[in-house]
Amino acid sequence: MTKLIIILLSAVFINNYVLTRFLGICPFLGVSKKLDSATGMSLAVIFVMLLATAATYPIQFFLLTPNNLDYLQTIVFILVIAALVQLVEIVLKRYIPSLHKSLGVYLPLITTNCAVLGVTILNVQDYPVTETTTFWWGFAQSMVNSLGSGLGFFLAMVMFSGVRSAIEGSDIPKSFKGLPITLIAAAITSLSFLGFGGVIENLFA
Amino acid sequence: MNTLQNFSKGIIKENPVLVLVLGTCPTLATSTNVTNALGMGAAATAVLLCSNIVISALRKVIPDKVRIPCYIVLIAGFVTMVQMLVKAFAPALDASLGIYLPLIVVNCIILGRAEMFANKNKVLDSAVDALGMGVGFTLALVLMATIREVFGNGSFMGLPIPVLSDNRISILTMAPGGFFVFGLLIAAMNKFAVHKPKKKDFGCADCPSAEGCGKASCEAGKEAAVND
Repeated sequence: MTKLIIILLSAVFINNYVLTRFLGICPFLGVSKKLDSATGMSLAVIFVMLLATAATYPIQFFLLTPNNLDYLQTIVFILVIAALVQLVEIVLKRYIPSLHKSLGVYLPLITTNCAVLGVTILNVQDYPVTETTTFWWGFAQSMVNSLGSGLGFFLAMVMFSGVRSAIEGSDIPKSFKGLPITLIAAAITSLSFLGFGGVIENLFA
Repeated sequence: MNTLQNFSKGIIKENPVLVLVLGTCPTLATSTNVTNALGMGAAATAVLLCSNIVISALRKVIPDKVRIPCYIVLIAGFVTMVQMLVKAFAPALDASLGIYLPLIVVNCIILGRAEMFANKNKVLDSAVDALGMGVGFTLALVLMATIREVFGNGSFMGLPIPVLSDNRISILTMAPGGFFVFGLLIAAMNKFAVHKPKKKDFGCADCPSAEGCGKASCEAGKEAAVND
């Protein structure tokens, strides 16, 4: 249990996908302007990350590894994620239109988001099924890691949309307007996350 | 547009990293040292070249409605090939690029060029465009990696530089340094390079994936934002 909490907390704070691992930078810079769109996008990312892990983890260890098809990992994962996102969109549109209205618009953007493909590949790499670990333990660790990564994305997006609204009104040198100042602000936000290094391990030591 | 212009536009005028702002994730992540940057640039260029040639050759065969899934499958296939080649011939590079090697699949530059150029142009032009963009991507990566490695680690391609290696600014090799150097480079590009001010805003419509999703989600996103 402690192991799962450590995985969750370090995925949120230490190995933050956006600010330390540089995955999912496009939506981070593109959709973080307003708080509500940042929240919508991050909720969609958490949802798709959990779903994608739930689908790709069994595929890897029941289908690809036993048949020595590991080299097909990239192709299979990206196709599964793309199909899954399409399916979720159709199901949401038909059965829960209100949720589709708030999350649906962000779903197509997520298909080619490197954070989602990244989390599925890292889960298979970091929490594999071996002689000593059972499938369910690996699966639980992977799901917790996906949840933590999604929450980390959410945290970074929400924090950064606050930072961006503060930049909006300030007087910025002409050549720094737009993207450059956003990146500098991202650098400072990412600096604040460096402070978490080593905290989580020692918390449970 | 002649062949030379077609090639050279990718290097400065339409540099994929510094002007079009595509492929930010690998740019930030693999520019910690020059060796990684060169490896990433070469791998992405190889995938880009192959995918552009094949997509351009098949542009009349692939139905318009399912073109994006088709492109993704083709690109994923080439990425897998490059991955296997790197694993076999440069295992050290494979270890240091790690997750970012398979993630070339979702590199916006590759899907972006397929969508913006290869599906409208002849095979030869697409190949030249891919080479230009690939070289532009590699140069931008190497430039950024040089700044980060020389000042952050006091070395160049692993060779220590006398005075600087005693006065390292190690923050530059860490995550915040990546954002910072990238921001400075784009600002410098805005200031000195000759190009018209085109990016007034960095919103969804400027997102490279917008080309892939046909900007449909941007329009919807805008509406959703207004409605809320």
